[in-house]
Amino acid sequence: MKSFDLIQPATIDEALAAWQPGASWLGGGTNLVDLMKAGALQPDTVIDVNRLPGLREIETLSDGATRIGALVSNAELASDMEFARSFPAIAEAVLSGASGQLRNAATVAGNLMQRTRCAYFQDPNAACNRREPGSGCDARAGENANLAVLGWSDACIATSPSDLCVSLAALDAVVEIRGREGQREIAIADFHLLPGDTPERETALQPGELIVAVRLPAEARQFAANARYLKVRERTSFAFAVASCAAALQMEGGRISKARLALGAVAARPWRVAEAETLLAGHLPDTDLFARAADAALAGASPSGANAWKIELARRTVIRALTLAAAGTPARMPALPASPFGELAGELAHV
Amino acid sequence: MPLSINLTINGGARNVALDDPRVTLLDLLRERLALPGTKKGCDRGQCGACTVLVNGRRVNSCLTLAATLDGAEITTIEGLSNGELHPVQSAFIENDAFQCGYCTPGQIMSAVGLIMEGSAGDDPERIREGMSGNLCRCAAYHGITLAVQEATRRMAENRREDAA
Repeated sequence: MKSFDLIQPATIDEALAAWQPGASWLGGGTNLVDLMKAGALQPDTVIDVNRLPGLREIETLSDGATRIGALVSNAELASDMEFARSFPAIAEAVLSGASGQLRNAATVAGNLMQRTRCAYFQDPNAACNRREPGSGCDARAGENANLAVLGWSDACIATSPSDLCVSLAALDAVVEIRGREGQREIAIADFHLLPGDTPERETALQPGELIVAVRLPAEARQFAANARYLKVRERTSFAFAVASCAAALQMEGGRISKARLALGAVAARPWRVAEAETLLAGHLPDTDLFARAADAALAGASPSGANAWKIELARRTVIRALTLAAAGTPARMPALPASPFGELAGELAHV
Repeated sequence: MPLSINLTINGGARNVALDDPRVTLLDLLRERLALPGTKKGCDRGQCGACTVLVNGRRVNSCLTLAATLDGAEITTIEGLSNGELHPVQSAFIENDAFQCGYCTPGQIMSAVGLIMEGSAGDDPERIREGMSGNLCRCAAYHGITLAVQEATRRMAENRREDAA
């Protein structure tokens, strides 16, 4: 690991003042320290934000919105009973990610900022436009079976690895940001950027800006009775998604009155398509209807390499997630959160 | 850049001077504090061999920079027994929950953390899911699951007896 200066500010203002080009914020460290060990990231300065006050609360605001402090750990978020009851798809998404140990350390803001798992990004000896602009993309002719099928460019075909962000995208979360110029907000839909010609620009954050909270609007609670996250992986647990989907419905008299849908692991950001949601509204839940929504959600998908199979897998994941959401949020978190195994068959169905 | 941190390690207060901010909690324990019970497997947060409790929560010590832990309370495998073995340690022995033993300290610390989290109970499926951050290349998973189940029950009984 390359050496760095460690700064441990006591206030947000001190932290913002300490930032300089080449600096990284350190939260839980589960992604940053790992990538620093690999040599993929080599910050000159690491600013430890763990001592900043006021960033560890989950609170309900006067307008009914829920505000999650940037340093709330993934485990604290998912195990907060009131939060998990109100936003079951988010809790399920969080619990389907990483391991118990990692979720205890990893923060909510860090989850938004986590880097792609593309092997060429992680390998400092590989060409990667995202890590080193202009160096090329070894993934295009390399191991790309699990890379993007939507929103990719010639410069970069990486995917976002986050589960949490997929569920946040479905529920219209807002990211609260502090910078030297003051406070601003970015809708989660605009937070992660598609690669285009500048894959090194991964988020809408300006240099030196810091996430201080993630907010869910009051309306997001209205999906609590029919909200699921489904995550298809190469093994049963502790694996990144191959395809995932957050599905949240509002039901009235057996009909879908409102639908939210976001896909994960298919693009550099959570993938949400308004047409797929509007065509569900007003209808009875039905597999053919869900298939049409899935087609709309995957509209424009194309393989970026040996990954055409992901398009069909993602389509089926959407249909299954909608089927699960329509059946209702389980009374208790499934033993295997977000897993396609187990729960439907009523007993152990995985290997 | 000299850094001084105060830690409570296995109940004892320690002041530690760090000459380098890159030192992980894992390397601090093993290389500088003579506590080699915590194992280095992958050193990348993937295997769980380095699991310890920080302020009562299980974490991968390989991904934790020691300098960020000023004031923290650390429990390692060396600090678990209190004269007699911890119920999780006994259950691992009784259920043949290891072969080579290299992952065992991490497995045991992870199990202690999982049981304190309280969400798995003695459901084997929830235990397997909750222990998925700990790999065992000897594949003693069946025994590990049984051991965590048994320790969970025994610790609940102990709590009931204490309360009575």
